[in-house]
Amino acid sequence: MHPVSLSGVGFSFGEGALRRPVLRDLDLTVAAGEIVLLTGPSGSGKTTLLTLIGALRAMQQGHCAVLGQELMGAPESARVALRRRIGFIFQNHNLLGFLTAAQNVAMSLELHPDFGNDAARLRQAERMLSQVGMEEFAQALPAKLSGGQRQRVAVARALAAGPGLILADEPTAALDRQSGRDVVESMRTLAKTSGMPILLVTHDPRILDVADRVVNMEDGRIVA
Amino acid sequence: MSVLLPFRLAWRQLRAERARLLSAIAGVMFACVLVFMQLGFRSALFDSATALPQALRGELFLIHPLTTALFRPESFPRVRAYQTLAIPEVALAVPIYMTQSIWRNPVNGTHRAIQLIGFDTEAGAVSFPGLAPLIPALKRPDTIAFDWKSRPEFGPVSALLAANGPMKVQIGNREVEIVGTVALGASFGADGNAVMNETNFRRLAKDRKTSNIDLVALRLHDGADPLAVQQALTALLPGDVRVVTHAQLVAWERNYWETATPIGFIFAFGSLMGLIVGMVIVYQILFADVASHLAEYATLKAMGFSAGYLRLVVMGAAGILAGLGFVPGILASVGLYDVVAKATLLPLRMEADRGVLVLALIFGMCAFAGLLAMRKLRDADPADMF
Repeated sequence: MHPVSLSGVGFSFGEGALRRPVLRDLDLTVAAGEIVLLTGPSGSGKTTLLTLIGALRAMQQGHCAVLGQELMGAPESARVALRRRIGFIFQNHNLLGFLTAAQNVAMSLELHPDFGNDAARLRQAERMLSQVGMEEFAQALPAKLSGGQRQRVAVARALAAGPGLILADEPTAALDRQSGRDVVESMRTLAKTSGMPILLVTHDPRILDVADRVVNMEDGRIVA
Repeated sequence: MSVLLPFRLAWRQLRAERARLLSAIAGVMFACVLVFMQLGFRSALFDSATALPQALRGELFLIHPLTTALFRPESFPRVRAYQTLAIPEVALAVPIYMTQSIWRNPVNGTHRAIQLIGFDTEAGAVSFPGLAPLIPALKRPDTIAFDWKSRPEFGPVSALLAANGPMKVQIGNREVEIVGTVALGASFGADGNAVMNETNFRRLAKDRKTSNIDLVALRLHDGADPLAVQQALTALLPGDVRVVTHAQLVAWERNYWETATPIGFIFAFGSLMGLIVGMVIVYQILFADVASHLAEYATLKAMGFSAGYLRLVVMGAAGILAGLGFVPGILASVGLYDVVAKATLLPLRMEADRGVLVLALIFGMCAFAGLLAMRKLRDADPADMF
């Protein structure tokens, strides 16, 4: 059983005459520990596909099983529960500005029964921050960090609870070459040590080499 | 999931924006002070409006059923007072006469309506502060005791008395001597009061039938049950009088001012305005906090935080603002009550039940603002995050 397995997935925005299909009859699987890069021109449906796999949108057509949960027709509560087992990394870091780096990471652990108290959560947060090379900034507010540093904190936050899958959308788009490199390297290291797969949407040719497989999308279909 | 975590997040979020937090606290405090002042004035004015019935001493009272307020009594036959003595528990029945007459300001000669209150001053059925030492002097013909808490338009009577001793003034067409002052207080119904013996009252109110009275104070023997006597008297007396207890008499008077005049409404309206202003301020702050963190909130939702968690963050912020605004609000109100009470002679005091009421109103106000601000959370859609 693959962590991600899609078959015949279709999705449209709009109603009636304005109905505009963005995904058509799409099949995709991601194996355990695999790093898959999703590329393609804007409007090809990459981001929509990512929101469907991340259980952020309701499915319309086809089958999509993520970490053993079938998403076609899944209720909101099942989708919320699944989201807790997925690590999200967004184009913008979206860290809470009034929390320190460590508190931001620790917050994601509030949802996980393995980390029952504040001390345990903060310990794990600092461990994660040191894995992305941010241990000396654990007590810093996001405003005091550079773009690359913030994105590394976001990576630490996404991976802190040991998710079964990482979904990332253009995580390096706003970063310079070296920072972008640092971010994907830290993702790769963490993924390879724990065997969790990564599905990464990107336009950034500088990071194509981290992938095990590059998937090209065009007009809502996978072309290569 | 504990509610403490979202509350802690709410507090950290509020704390991060000091200026915003302070303006929110100031807004809640403002609403709190406004409501306390409105309710305080309301209660003080009702207290002063009921000063006359409060000062009466008696277990039971007779009034005409059509009397709406004591400044405008319907009179009834004096014989009803004597009929009550048929019940063995009744020790004393003291008729009280009330009317309004014209007072001439002793300094500048302007006229003003004054309430005259006449009764047997030796019977002990009425105890205005300051009355007791004046009782012998009030037995002399054409003497009155002046209420020094009357409005200043009646003239500087207290000062003149202190400087020159007893003085003559004109009430109606008669010259009377002021032998001293009592404390009663101006009310909505009467700008000023003069207290006198019933014989002197008859001299001043010549056009009234002396057999007509306005109120009867009944003193009962020790150990008598006022409620049982009330029932017996109600059965005994004809329908032109109503038997009420002291508490009922005060409530009757208070009810008139609360319901038959716009006074109760005005202060309720003022309180409501304060609450609305406070609610709008709190709503603005909470809304701004949600609106400026929409991306972060959507991220939290994407991470698997439920909508309920985020709602608790907003309500937690509302609760924190309510608490932080109420404490300085009640402290400022206690201080203001003191200042205003000294300046206006109104009996303004902080009372525990009013404190609890305002606490509940302020929390309700903030909760309502929180519920409104919560609607903005729907815009935090994790599907828009990628």
